[in-house]
Amino acid sequence: MQVIIAEDISKKYIIDHQKAARKSHTLRDTFSEKIKHFFGKGEQDEVEQEEFWALRDVNFTVNQGDRVGIIGHNGAGKSTLLKILSKITEPTGGKVKIKGRVASLLEVGTGFHPELTGRENIFLNGAILGMKRQEIKNAFDSIVDFAGVEKFLDTPVKRYSSGMYVRLGFAISAHLSPEILIIDEVLAVGDADFQKKCLGKMRDVSESGRTILFVSHNLAAVKSLCNRAFYFEHGKLKMQGDTTHVVNNYLSHVAKTNLQHFWETPEEGPGTDEIRFRSVKIDPEYQDSKLYIDVRTPVRVHIEFWNLADRADLNLSLHLYAFTGECIFNVGTASQSFEKGLVSATLEVPGNFLNDGSYVISIMVVKDTSTVLFQLLDALSFEVEDHREGVTWYGKWPGYVRPQLNFQISQSEVLV
Amino acid sequence: MAYSDEIVIEAGHGAKNYWRDLWKNRELLWILSRRDLSVRYKQTVIGAGWAVIRPFATMAVMVFVFSMVGKFRGDAGIPYPLMVLAGITIWNFFSSTFTQISHSILLNSNLVTKTYFPRLIMPLSSVVVGFVDFFISIALFALISVWFRHTPGWQIILFPAFLVLTLLASLAFGLIFAVMNVRFRDIAQLIPFLVQIGFYACPIAYSSSLVEANHDVWWYDLYYLNPMVSIIDGFKWCLLGDGAFFKVSSLYSTMGLIAVMLTISIYYFRKEENSFVDYI
Repeated sequence: MQVIIAEDISKKYIIDHQKAARKSHTLRDTFSEKIKHFFGKGEQDEVEQEEFWALRDVNFTVNQGDRVGIIGHNGAGKSTLLKILSKITEPTGGKVKIKGRVASLLEVGTGFHPELTGRENIFLNGAILGMKRQEIKNAFDSIVDFAGVEKFLDTPVKRYSSGMYVRLGFAISAHLSPEILIIDEVLAVGDADFQKKCLGKMRDVSESGRTILFVSHNLAAVKSLCNRAFYFEHGKLKMQGDTTHVVNNYLSHVAKTNLQHFWETPEEGPGTDEIRFRSVKIDPEYQDSKLYIDVRTPVRVHIEFWNLADRADLNLSLHLYAFTGECIFNVGTASQSFEKGLVSATLEVPGNFLNDGSYVISIMVVKDTSTVLFQLLDALSFEVEDHREGVTWYGKWPGYVRPQLNFQISQSEVLV
Repeated sequence: MAYSDEIVIEAGHGAKNYWRDLWKNRELLWILSRRDLSVRYKQTVIGAGWAVIRPFATMAVMVFVFSMVGKFRGDAGIPYPLMVLAGITIWNFFSSTFTQISHSILLNSNLVTKTYFPRLIMPLSSVVVGFVDFFISIALFALISVWFRHTPGWQIILFPAFLVLTLLASLAFGLIFAVMNVRFRDIAQLIPFLVQIGFYACPIAYSSSLVEANHDVWWYDLYYLNPMVSIIDGFKWCLLGDGAFFKVSSLYSTMGLIAVMLTISIYYFRKEENSFVDYI
């Protein structure tokens, strides 16, 4: 049976460019705009408004008992969709029919008040999520037990550790008994043990015939929990279907971001009078016939440039940056003497080395081991996706690198 | 599985089951009120004592400034401090509920962006703190009445009516401000200022009989246009008896004004509430 039917839903936002930095208008702005307009002076510095479609003509249906994973880049419209389905904001066009009681969990511990005790917040948050007082009372012990906060029930939650706070928040929402549960990125928080509990709980919920919509960037979690997936891009539902299929398609699309550049002639290539780049390229050795780079994938970086000087002592220096800007490593070639013509270089980055994340490469051409001739900033960028085997933990793996080092464990003594 | 609801979400459709939803969410209304109350005096030493100290101290200052220094007199036969305290009590109730209502959406912005419930719950739940302070202040009034050997007359039965009228007035003006506050933060600046002006524009430290005494001044009608004037006069009359000046006819225009404003505010609030999340 179809429990959610979405027909052509769209959501438009108006973005003001002139005052983009300001979050809300002041009355004065509005008045002065109006007055200027009245005197016909509005044109010169009128607020430039741009329409932005967070969602555009989205159609889908969800059947009872479906566990739907919703994936896509930031700003693809996932959260807007959840907000529309939870009635927080209304669509600009189209309509959605929903059968059944909906509970949406867009945040862990919505409305928790820091000054109130754990006990008081259970009732407050429960009521905000739409539970009846009696329901909360019935579930109370079970919530406390699930969150593991017995000792701190009468402590204000502002004294809670962030872990306890999140556990309490999730425990309450896990005891909701809606027919349709909408969840946004809850697994981004909490320790491994707790995440396992959460996933387990969500699986229980879905096995009891309830429907789940689950937005996450954590593809491993989506794969393990969901039977269907929606892939959103630029406000459109780009693909829907079987989870593995959709996730793989999404990943191979993501991976194509900026893997190569090629310039036909030295005039077009970036550089100086002495050197010009011809091509930069990332050549991954995909594993398991996947079309994206994951943590196991060895990657080759090919670089070609024209040496325009008659004879020069040159070497290359390559920086790999994390998306956040930190330099992960810098490697250089030996310096060598080159004639006028093409020079090519290859760097091999082994598999099982980089952690999952986004990376940016910049390449420097150095003369006489001391003078930087040219630096090609942001030459290439690529994403490394997660891949796990034999692990039942889905949290973000910490660190920029994830090398497989020789790390042995064995029983050294048995106590009798 | 039996389905409890079937809902349709589309632009401008929110209105359909609104009042039923509001009624369904009465437990939430109650629990949000409780939250505001229990948070109110957290981490204070005196706690609810503040609800006694503030009106009492204001009264003391008024008595000192207007009665002892300025030689103001209340209406004949009515102790000046009692008159001031009656005025302060109802004015504080109005100003605190009005202020709370105006800020209610912004203060709950975390709820607005993360959950759905009829947004009217927020302003409605915010008034409870004003009620509690009001009753504490009334208890103080009763104590001081005993000191002055004053007993209320039959008018006291109208007490609930004036209380309800004041609440409606604060909703009538507060709801509009609550909506505008979401888009224009100027409102947050304006409110304390309005409350301060109101304190002097309303007959709190003085009696309307002083205005009535020279009623051919050009601002006479303007004075009575302020709905709080007749409410405060009426409330004083209700507590202090016939000795207190009260022009009953002024109450009719006030009630009319409140009815019109309340209709407009609720309409405006309902019209805008679905877009709060986009502007907050």
